[in-house]
Amino acid sequence: MAGAIVRLPPEQLRRAFAAYGDAVAAKRRRTALGGLVLLIAIGAACVSAEIDPAKFIANIHRFPNYIIGLAPTLSWANFTADLAEWFWDLRHWLRLLGDTLLIAYLGTLLGFIAAFVLCFAAAANLEKRRSVRFATRRLLEFCRTVPEIVFALLFVVAFGLGPMPAVLALSIHSAGTLGKLFAEVVENIDMKPVEGVTATGATRIAVLRHAVLPQVMANFASYTLLRFEINVRSATVIGFVGAGGIGVDLMVAIRKFYYSDVSAILILIIATVMVIDMLTERLRHALIDMEQRR
Amino acid sequence: MSLMRDTARAALPDLRNRYPGIFRGDPRRRAMIMATALAMVALAAFAFWRLEFSFARLGTGTAQIVHIVSLMFPPTPGTQLVVFVKALGETLSIALLGTLTAAIIAFPLGFLAAKNVIPNVFVHFTVRRSLDTIRGVDVLVWALIFINVVGLGPFAGVLAIAASDCGALGKLFSEAIENADRKPIEGVVSTGGTELHALRFGLLPQVFPVIASQVLYFFESNTRSASIIGIVGAGGIGLHLTEQIRVLEWDKVAFLILMILVTVAVIDGISTKLRLAIIGRTTLAV
Repeated sequence: MAGAIVRLPPEQLRRAFAAYGDAVAAKRRRTALGGLVLLIAIGAACVSAEIDPAKFIANIHRFPNYIIGLAPTLSWANFTADLAEWFWDLRHWLRLLGDTLLIAYLGTLLGFIAAFVLCFAAAANLEKRRSVRFATRRLLEFCRTVPEIVFALLFVVAFGLGPMPAVLALSIHSAGTLGKLFAEVVENIDMKPVEGVTATGATRIAVLRHAVLPQVMANFASYTLLRFEINVRSATVIGFVGAGGIGVDLMVAIRKFYYSDVSAILILIIATVMVIDMLTERLRHALIDMEQRR
Repeated sequence: MSLMRDTARAALPDLRNRYPGIFRGDPRRRAMIMATALAMVALAAFAFWRLEFSFARLGTGTAQIVHIVSLMFPPTPGTQLVVFVKALGETLSIALLGTLTAAIIAFPLGFLAAKNVIPNVFVHFTVRRSLDTIRGVDVLVWALIFINVVGLGPFAGVLAIAASDCGALGKLFSEAIENADRKPIEGVVSTGGTELHALRFGLLPQVFPVIASQVLYFFESNTRSASIIGIVGAGGIGLHLTEQIRVLEWDKVAFLILMILVTVAVIDGISTKLRLAIIGRTTLAV
């Protein structure tokens, strides 16, 4: 490590510093401009969303009060009795939670079937007709961009109150998202088995069954399980528009300020969601392991 | 051609005998697949019964849907175009302010939940679990809760989006921070920089692009959320959507849905472009 640091001639140094300064200044200007645009957008948004800081500060003390209100009265002296009072309607809630899970399950299943039927028509390597592909893709896009709760609102009008519109809304949305993911999986398969099976004179169904399915099934199952997780979350709130499940009771509890009921139902929902997340994660890992062992 | 086929056919029984595994597959595997399929069908049948599915209702409902869709054309705003556009602006404002608030809250939480910043297992475990809990509550539930606190209107929507996203953003931020390279930080420290210098010049330049692109991505998805939280009364275009569905003005409903779809598509396009510009085309992680 011998030797002094080489100093450039002053003229060259000056030019290098100037270039560096210019580069930094340009970057600073860009950042400042971006910040300004963001600030203007925030200002406009505050006006449009009727944000009133004074009102917020005047009412901020209510939020902790609300959270404290949610907490039930628990005492060490008679803990079990207090707990029983907090979860006083546990059996009813558990039944509703079960319904919610069934809604999510059926929604996922029906969505999976629809996506499975449609995905091959949306994949560029299996569907050569551009018009069919275009139509299928637009259909899937429509299904997934309209929020499921909007579908639920429409279906409640058409099918009446109850879990049925929730299932249909979830399945349409799931069909849209799963269909797109499935089509991507299908587009990434190895085409050699497909060519091989086609060369033996197999029908389209046989090609799908023996050349495509073995390559895609594990991915399909994994995506469907992920979707089930998401649908469980959605199914808990889709009841807000009158479409069955625990959402109906949660909505009533919040609207009518039944404080301890709100916290009890929320705890049940969060626990269920966590358990489902854990189980599906296990299942997905098991699936991946099985796939790798083959 | 047919000779080849006949020869192959003739050889088939012999081949079947010699390689039973290839033709029949693993019997245990087959049994497991059959059992799973059977259980799924049984559960579906139970669900259909339990949720009171009826084909009669499905039939009348579908007819109703067809009727409704026929009433949706042509979509028209009626005389309320200005009101609807204002509501759409409100929706975008809710999404923007909600996302920014969430990001501001999540930023310090992300540092707290990152293993390499806070080596204390207890702290980052607690922070992570609470972030998970916040994430488990849907934005519509938060909206209902905040309506109780600040009253009906867009402000409740802003708070709802901020609350529900600070969990998810905090988790993503902490992951970005954990994935940061140690070397620039060590470099800054070796030149005599303080802890704060190390954060500012060693860590922040690495995580900022990732964080910015994630915030943009959330803004994108929050545009969708903000368009529906009005359904429970938290401001934005969802409010008008429920209203028009209640009074069965289907052409206006169709117009509102189209407005939402177009806006979401435009925001998607812009934010994807911005994200690519921030993070570079090759390393798009989100």
